[in-house]
Amino acid sequence: MVEEINVSSFTSQIFIERLIQKNFNFFTGVPCSLLSGLISCLEEVEDAHYIPSVREDAAVGLCAGAYLSGSQPVLLMQNSGLGYCLNAFTSLNLIYRIPVLVIMSWRGQGGKDAPEHLIMGDISQKLLETAGMNYSVLKPENCDQVVEFALRKINEEKLPYTLLVEKGLFDERY
Amino acid sequence: MFQEIIPLLKDEPVVHANGFICRESFALQDREENFYMIGSMGLASSIGLGVAICKPDRKVIVLDGDGNVLMAMGTLAMIGAEAPNNLVHVVIDNEVYESTGKQRSISNVVALEQVAKSSGYREALRVDKKEEIKPAFERLMNSEGPGFLLIKVEACFDPKTGRVTHTPEEIKERFMNTLLPH
Repeated sequence: MVEEINVSSFTSQIFIERLIQKNFNFFTGVPCSLLSGLISCLEEVEDAHYIPSVREDAAVGLCAGAYLSGSQPVLLMQNSGLGYCLNAFTSLNLIYRIPVLVIMSWRGQGGKDAPEHLIMGDISQKLLETAGMNYSVLKPENCDQVVEFALRKINEEKLPYTLLVEKGLFDERY
Repeated sequence: MFQEIIPLLKDEPVVHANGFICRESFALQDREENFYMIGSMGLASSIGLGVAICKPDRKVIVLDGDGNVLMAMGTLAMIGAEAPNNLVHVVIDNEVYESTGKQRSISNVVALEQVAKSSGYREALRVDKKEEIKPAFERLMNSEGPGFLLIKVEACFDPKTGRVTHTPEEIKERFMNTLLPH
């Protein structure tokens, strides 16, 4: 029996520990400031190993290889990388049914961000929906539910699942 | 070149790049240990890297092409950085995108084996004669990796060669079964 996450003390470390409890054991990605706390945490936690990827689509391939080998992969990336990944998701993950948990920071949300993030921020959800990729917006209060839901998609339907991360959810480290 | 390498394979997982590499290998000898990547151009190397990292006790082979490597040159850097000693990256370099009609690639001027070497592969070999393939491949298979073997070939793919007939899910299932712990 796992303890329920206390909403007021939701941190990068608690979230990473929850993923590890749920048997996620392979972590890679391309950084985003919104995910900097998570990535630092992965570099610090002993039972996790984070592999830096140079492009988001390469990270998709890496996670696919890990899954084929029996691991349970997690891919961390900014939504700007979604464009690079669409062909990988549609012509690899979705047709072979190779799942991956994607933790995707949501830059440009609500039109308030640097100019380069605004269009992708506006269309990220629509792109995911159009591609047939399921997602949830991660919140401290829904963390347990959405992780369970993602696990069902991953284990039963063998499909990728994305958790969108808004600014301010996790601590940022510089 | 497949005729030279296929007889040397035992039970190694082999991740195939899309296009003629998948099709020709499938037509010559289908193996359950073959992962035929029919789409996602550029990603055979990263898929192979993932397998190599997670299966350190298996020798893992990526059968790649020049177009794929040029598309994902950053993955060479990732392989060099992670440096899995069980990965052998074979690149069949015909200097064209052969399965789409032989449009030229730029590998006639880019020495991919030097890119691999600079990226941190332990050994990177280049061969251009048929009889050099076997000794070079065996040398890499029997030494610490990551190893890189560039095989320069003429473009001679027969476009009548069939496509992989297994469904993507079948390819995945049987490949995964061969990777289960014995």
